[in-house]
Amino acid sequence: MPSPILELKNVNTYYGMIHAVKGINMEIEKGEIVALIGSNGAGKSTTLNTIAGLLKPKKGEILYNGKPLVHSSAADIVKMGICLSPEGREVFPDLSVQDNLRLGAFTRKDKAKIAADYEKVYSLFPRLAERKTQVAKTLSGGEQQMLAIGRALMSDPKVLLLDEPSLGLSPNLVMLIFDLIKDIKKLGVTILLVEQNAKMALKTADRAYVLETGRITLEGTGKALLTDDNVRKAYLGNI
Amino acid sequence: MKIQNPLNLLNTKPKKVTALVIAVALLLILPKTGLLSPYLVRILTMISLYSMLALSLNLLTGFTGLVSIGHAGFCAVGGYTSALMWQYTGLPWVVTAIAGMIVAGIVGLMLGAPTSRLSGSYLTIATLGFGEIVKMIALNWQSFTGGPLGVNHIERPVFFGITLTTFNSGFFYLSVVLTALVTLVVYRIVHSKMGRAFMSIRDDSLAATLMGVDVTAYKLKSFIISAAIAGLGGAFYVHFVRFLDPNTFNFDISIIIISIVILGGTGSIPGSFLGAVLLISFPEILRFASEYRFIIYGLILVLMMRFKPEGILGGHSNRKLRLMKGVDTYGY
Repeated sequence: MPSPILELKNVNTYYGMIHAVKGINMEIEKGEIVALIGSNGAGKSTTLNTIAGLLKPKKGEILYNGKPLVHSSAADIVKMGICLSPEGREVFPDLSVQDNLRLGAFTRKDKAKIAADYEKVYSLFPRLAERKTQVAKTLSGGEQQMLAIGRALMSDPKVLLLDEPSLGLSPNLVMLIFDLIKDIKKLGVTILLVEQNAKMALKTADRAYVLETGRITLEGTGKALLTDDNVRKAYLGNI
Repeated sequence: MKIQNPLNLLNTKPKKVTALVIAVALLLILPKTGLLSPYLVRILTMISLYSMLALSLNLLTGFTGLVSIGHAGFCAVGGYTSALMWQYTGLPWVVTAIAGMIVAGIVGLMLGAPTSRLSGSYLTIATLGFGEIVKMIALNWQSFTGGPLGVNHIERPVFFGITLTTFNSGFFYLSVVLTALVTLVVYRIVHSKMGRAFMSIRDDSLAATLMGVDVTAYKLKSFIISAAIAGLGGAFYVHFVRFLDPNTFNFDISIIIISIVILGGTGSIPGSFLGAVLLISFPEILRFASEYRFIIYGLILVLMMRFKPEGILGGHSNRKLRLMKGVDTYGY
């Protein structure tokens, strides 16, 4: 069995005195989409922020291609190829679409490949190409989400961490965003997805973990969890 | 009613370049025509100087989002370095001014490093304290700085055997050259990778971190560059007025600089010039109003805050100039 691209071993993260993530173990294989679902305050975002280096775990290990990650700075983690697209579409509001994307490629120096990646992002999100010179705050919610994901892709990530990409979007746009996530997977990017929209996330993901108050309570393939009784009751509505 | 943004008239690059060339040519010829009294030349020099200081603060406040109300402290550091170096060694102005820039840059690093974790108002209060600390050191380190007596009869800069004065417009030309250089430097920075890093920190420092921007390092770079430019401004000013005491660069100067940046437009290079033209000429134009002019001055700033808080040329958006509904809609 190949070693996972990203592995979390007994990770514990605290916010001051609050124990938000209580010893979770996860394995993410290269090229798959893994969803992390759970209710508010379960520790989903905390887990992503810990991987991205914004928070330091008090205990436990995060291995990326077998190498420990917890002592690297957030900037170094981006350089290594792990990029987080944060919750709430945190694009740079006063910068143009183009400058937002340029900032995505901030840590890279390979000019030719960066230029090729602009084209890749613009072909993935034609709407962004139309709005190249527009400042980001004038974009619609869906466009901002596309920009946030496109910006993360500009860092040429091996692992893309998406925090609530469907937050605050209309049902149509949610479908569109999840289709795009599948397209990104085809580019060879491994995706770890955090979602409130459990149904869409489980449909899209190869595998999924269910997080409850800082602990992983269930794991399995997306399909299996979609039909799991406990998951249905807790997150999908009893339909 | 829509008010057309005056800059829209200069909507193409050739038009902009022509306008700039004409403006610069006029500016350079004017003092030599004899039409301007030394008083006016002096005001133009001050406008040029304050444009430079506003650009320096704009880099820190407008582009990086770090609001400083102690910027005169950096001017004081540059000014004292230059004046004292002249006093103790007699070196020419070019050397002492560069030393002033370097020392101010180092002081910028010294202020930036411990405050790099502060944000918003907390940082602003720290910069306020910094301005006062510089003043207190200058006041109390009498054996070195001259204390309250200051440094007197500071030598005028000499270039190619010509001593610069207000009467031969030398100071005016020197200030224009310095401001042009500073403008070029700031323009290049803003349109570089470094500039994008600054603006990303201003817009959203968390997202900047996630894109791999080392936020602390870039905040420090912004502090150092901004402080060095302010130091240069200070080094120019003390040789211009030929006198320096702890009150030369007081809190009022810091407030004037930040007011220029806010009035002209945060994050706008032309805004810094416009702000300097308006705020430096206002007190002179309104001289007939004597002490009441500060009321008018304050009123203008309050109205500005109410109706266009991003400044006349600020706002970094393509939106046309128009009255805002209210302050709470700012930025959204």
